[in-house]
Amino acid sequence: MSSTTVKTAYWHGFRDGAPFILMAFPFALLFGVIGTESGLAVSQTIAFSMLVIAGAAQFAALQLMLEDAAIGFVVLGGVVVNLRMLMYSASLVPYIGAAPFWQRALIAYFNFDQTYVASISKYEAEPNLSVAARTAYFFGVASPIVPVWIGSSVVGALVGSAIPEEYGLDFIVPIMFLAMVGPLLKTLAHIAAAVTSVVVALLLVGLPSGTGLLVAALCAMVAGVVVETLQERSA
Amino acid sequence: MSYSNTEIWIIIAVLAVCTYLIRFSFLGLIGDRAMPPLVMRLLRYTPVAVLPGMVAPLVLWPMATDGVFDPARAIAAFCALGGAYMGRNPLWGMVAGGIALYAGLFLTGQL
Repeated sequence: MSSTTVKTAYWHGFRDGAPFILMAFPFALLFGVIGTESGLAVSQTIAFSMLVIAGAAQFAALQLMLEDAAIGFVVLGGVVVNLRMLMYSASLVPYIGAAPFWQRALIAYFNFDQTYVASISKYEAEPNLSVAARTAYFFGVASPIVPVWIGSSVVGALVGSAIPEEYGLDFIVPIMFLAMVGPLLKTLAHIAAAVTSVVVALLLVGLPSGTGLLVAALCAMVAGVVVETLQERSA
Repeated sequence: MSYSNTEIWIIIAVLAVCTYLIRFSFLGLIGDRAMPPLVMRLLRYTPVAVLPGMVAPLVLWPMATDGVFDPARAIAAFCALGGAYMGRNPLWGMVAGGIALYAGLFLTGQL
């Protein structure tokens, strides 16, 4: 495998990852602003974005912190949002499982929605790519996104610590969540899961922060699979 | 928010480690062993199972109004979801919801 192919794969990835900057920039900026507005230190807000590096989970944890949920539930809320990445990790194994350990360890850190979706589509479309070209492509996709993600969190955190409270910012987090959910409602099963989640969460709203949500999430996942299975049978 | 500094750092650290381990799991440790298909199916629904349940009470009973229903925020929520759904892109939801929110807050004298 020549190094040019690997290089080409990297730059293809870079090109395919670049448009995601449009999403990463406002999300991370807002996380920075809301994080410091909510009472996190600038350093904590930046550390959040650098170490957790997962938009939905960061906002979920932040929201639970705003509700003063117990620490365990804050973590659990963020973790549950990220559980889908178990699936990402598993489905990458056939393609890059043979890569050196350090590469897999680094890819795991960069394994979020955009890099995963772009890479897995590439691997499926071009099954003849070498393992080296595949990992290069993955790093290529991550290259434009990650610096923007971290950089705009830093900017947001600094801006957020400078502007006063009360600009309707409390409601930006719900709007972000709804904006993330919209495109996910691809099938009847996804819609069933979302509706179940809403109904159960509202029914259990009296329970301590975080507990009702976990029950709602479990019910919703089951509802999604049930609807999916029923649809397959009737098809 | 009423956590001590240490508690916040603990939350960040534990969430970071857990998230990394989730991403690393199969790729790094478990290898080729397949997960039961049912588990894979359940996992596919995690974002759509968690986020709506988290957001619903906030839409009906916003924190900023001490839990009093606010039409401005509810309409903004509707626009955010609708914009993202129709546009098939979160950016559209953020734009639609953001405009609706600030227009609504302004018109109801909350801004």
